[in-house]
Amino acid sequence: MLINQFLILGAILFCIGVYGVIARKNAVMVLMSIELILNAVNLNLLAFALNNNNGGADGQVFALYVIAIAAAEVGVGLGLVLLIYRNKRSISLDELSEMKG
Amino acid sequence: MILASQALVAQNIAFGIIAAIMIFGAFRVVTTKNVVHAALWLVMVLAGAAAQYLLVYAEFVAVTQVLVYVGAVMVLFLFGVMLTRARIGAENDLNNKHAAIGIPVALLMFAAMSIALIKDFKTHKLPSPSKAVRVDTRLVSDSIFGPYLLPFWALSFVLLVAVIGAIVLARKD
Amino acid sequence: MLAADAGWFLNHAFLIPIIPAVAFAVIIFFGKRLPMKGSEVGIASMSASLVIAIGAAVQWIQRVHGEEYTEPVIRKVVWWQADGIQFGLGQHIDGLAVMALLLVAFISTLVQIYSLEYLRGDRRYTHFFAALTLFSAGMLTMVLAENMVQLILGWEIMGLCSFMLIGHWWEEAANSKAALKAFWTVRVGDVGLMVGTGIIFFGASSYAQAHGSNGFSIQTINEWASSHPGQSSVLLWGSVALFIACIGKSGQFPLHTWLPDAMAGPTPVSSLLHSSTMVVAGVFLVARLYPVFHAGLEINAFGQHFNLIAVIGGITIIIAAGLAFVQNDIKKVLAYSTVSQLGYMMMGLGVGAWTPAVFHIFTHAFFKCCLFLCAGSVSHSGSHHSFDMKKDMGGLRKKMPYTFAAWVLSTAALCGVPFFSGFFSKDEIIDNAHHNGYNVFFVVGLVGAFMTTAYMTRATYLTFFGKPRGAAAGAHPDLQAEEHASEHETPITAATTPANILVASVDAPGPHEDDPVFDEEDAEAEAGVLVGAGALAHGADDDGHGGHDAHGAHDAHGHSDPHESPPLILVPILILAVLAVAAGYLNAAAFHIEKFTEWVANTSGNAFPTLESAEFTWAKAVPSILLVLAGFAVSAGVCVAIYGEKESKLDGITTRIAPLRWIYNFLLNKYYLDELYEKVIVRGIAGPIAKGVYWVNQNVIDGIVNQAGIGARKTGAWVYRNIDQRVVDGAVNGTGAAARGTGTALQPAQSGKVNQYGALLFGAAAIGALVLVIVNT
Repeated sequence: MLINQFLILGAILFCIGVYGVIARKNAVMVLMSIELILNAVNLNLLAFALNNNNGGADGQVFALYVIAIAAAEVGVGLGLVLLIYRNKRSISLDELSEMKG
Repeated sequence: MILASQALVAQNIAFGIIAAIMIFGAFRVVTTKNVVHAALWLVMVLAGAAAQYLLVYAEFVAVTQVLVYVGAVMVLFLFGVMLTRARIGAENDLNNKHAAIGIPVALLMFAAMSIALIKDFKTHKLPSPSKAVRVDTRLVSDSIFGPYLLPFWALSFVLLVAVIGAIVLARKD
Repeated sequence: MLAADAGWFLNHAFLIPIIPAVAFAVIIFFGKRLPMKGSEVGIASMSASLVIAIGAAVQWIQRVHGEEYTEPVIRKVVWWQADGIQFGLGQHIDGLAVMALLLVAFISTLVQIYSLEYLRGDRRYTHFFAALTLFSAGMLTMVLAENMVQLILGWEIMGLCSFMLIGHWWEEAANSKAALKAFWTVRVGDVGLMVGTGIIFFGASSYAQAHGSNGFSIQTINEWASSHPGQSSVLLWGSVALFIACIGKSGQFPLHTWLPDAMAGPTPVSSLLHSSTMVVAGVFLVARLYPVFHAGLEINAFGQHFNLIAVIGGITIIIAAGLAFVQNDIKKVLAYSTVSQLGYMMMGLGVGAWTPAVFHIFTHAFFKCCLFLCAGSVSHSGSHHSFDMKKDMGGLRKKMPYTFAAWVLSTAALCGVPFFSGFFSKDEIIDNAHHNGYNVFFVVGLVGAFMTTAYMTRATYLTFFGKPRGAAAGAHPDLQAEEHASEHETPITAATTPANILVASVDAPGPHEDDPVFDEEDAEAEAGVLVGAGALAHGADDDGHGGHDAHGAHDAHGHSDPHESPPLILVPILILAVLAVAAGYLNAAAFHIEKFTEWVANTSGNAFPTLESAEFTWAKAVPSILLVLAGFAVSAGVCVAIYGEKESKLDGITTRIAPLRWIYNFLLNKYYLDELYEKVIVRGIAGPIAKGVYWVNQNVIDGIVNQAGIGARKTGAWVYRNIDQRVVDGAVNGTGAAARGTGTALQPAQSGKVNQYGALLFGAAAIGALVLVIVNT
């Protein structure tokens, strides 16, 4: 197996995720796209963990940490989305433009 | 007994199939017109990722991926969808007006990454199954509760804060 | 590590903190649904702990068996480990631990029983019991801690619970401020605990590894410290850091300011906090790690020079006793008295009088707890929840005879009147200070004894003697209370008319619609009022009188004239009063009883320094006895003169004579320590920095700017004429136009749309990455 298999798969997922973040209007779907990005990162971490092949568990440990962080992020993110929905009756990011300069 | 080379071939085939499914799933996540479908396609990608983790001998991470992502996070997403939308079904206005900007940005990014990757890791091989040093779950746990204890603590605080924060944000009063 | 013949109770002493800890969870989760709102769980768990503690004490006494040294019962399990260091949980039971366990369990049980009545109807009744139970659990955990990590755990649980309990009525800003102050002040000291534990851990590490343990184990630390005959810098700084923690927790001199403010909590909390838990934790830590302090601060060099512990203790005795003179709040008098007594304990430890100091912990717990509960009883039934001695008390001795009796007994014990328990412990500390060559502290102790008697006499006089004032005289401080008083009287006089009975019985449960438990009682009380004649009415009112402080949830009960408190309050007080007298006879040197020394102070062996103690003779006790009597006489005389019924020349003396007024104000402002902390230290750190910056700004920078300005003006004149008018103006105008144009052009980018920002971010990142990749190729 080439390491590039995993890395390029990661890159593809990452870019699809980026596209999702930019293109989607629905806040929940933006969160989903962010999950894609995080998974791409995890794939890289694990591929390099195997690549180092020194018997260390560093890559796996940090992949686990990324998973935990992602779970926290989804929790808070969805909390925010709920709050926005309750105040605006909509989670369309197009309608959130209070920060307009 | 399977020879190492045969195992390698099998691994490559498995990787190809799973990768294809994942890429297709990911495409569907960002293009489908149905939010619930998007969530289900995301399950596909995440489960595929778990399978890929198995291929790089990270069993524990794979199992955690299934438990946390496919199990918990996905349920959260579905709840999020349920709680924030009146109807579940196809919609036409999921993408915003400037969706087209995303395509060049994503392509540009992919170009940058793939150039770098191909340049640096063109023929770089992962260790073959016979040579790969297996990192078993025991070692992972020893690392978490040994040298990486401090990040672990920090992480548990982050999770605690996230839990409290989510409750504070989402509660009704 | 388990001694086979230790006996069940000693082997299972670790259950003592676990039971209340579990009870805390039960109360918090199910308390509100239980018939007594969780209080029964708290009391049951504390009683269970008390039973085990008593069992452990009995077995410990059997185990001691008159020997010089008894092996402590140590058991432990590995809690967690990191990088090969094991953090254990366990028990380290020796005489000191058994004494403290018994004390804490006993006092906690009594205080909880007392709280049943005192807090009845409080709006956070369940939470109060939960916090109280966890608080005891924290102290018990600390007391039997096998290692420093466990000790810190218990220590911090206590800190948290004290915050919750002091701020129990947090709706009032003063209370939550007091809670915060207590929490933060103690935290300042806690830094010392962390640092000290760290220093000791690394210091003892090599010794510990050689003995198959680690530098957290208390037994190992003590053995290690004992094996250092001389002072080493590790021990010095370790013990100084640990002592800073004790200063914070035990309210010693620079950090004592939180203790009086902690009176904002309900009285049972003050009582528990100030007798056997929390504040004693600091003293306990010193006693527990005594070899460390002994070697580190060179207590062993008796009399040759002062050490930190004795100095701080001595200062605290005098300072706190001085403050107690000017307080009008009865609880604050007691709070400063506690601070002063803690000073005695610290001083005792500092002068090498380990056993008397620990014995003083023991006796002090009983009489101080009793005094606080008496103060609570007075405010509960005598002064309409006021704690102001000058405004709302006075002449209560006839109205509240039992409370008065208990108060007098505990006061005598506190003052060190001969044959009361305080005499046997405090006098021993003073005597040993002299014996070990610390003559200064001998004098300090005697002066402290004099002051203690004087301020306690003042408090006693103000509360129980003289003319009743304010609420104690039957005045009702607020309109609401007056309404209720008349409500109570109406049914008595008109009880014969059925219509009134009907109205009254319908009205009676009114205020308690939300909690059925109180409905019944109140209804009973009302029924008593209705059925009985006027004579019965008073007793019935006792039963139905809802317990609540000035902040109580429903102030809907009737207030009547001062009366004795109900049994649930009196019984704990009386038990404690008896012990306040009797506890001293465990170690009455005057009568050659030294049971306490035998049972508790047998920690010698290789983990404890050898201490010698003074021989008691009555001749040596004479000065302190005389001083106590003098303090009583002087104070009583002055009190009668100032606060007596007749107008006297001494009335208002503190406002008329300047030096006295200065002293009074100095004390009233607590030596201006709070001001020192808030205004001088906090601003002192911020202030000079600001001033320095300002000075640099004014002098250096301004100078440069001015000089530059003069030069610039000259240049400028030339430039103005030649360049500015012609070249620059054109450029400036052009720049302005350009900026406005750019702003207008870029404004759409600031759209407020998240997606667009994301696109810009990722796009820029992608371009940047691409540039890097291409450059590096």
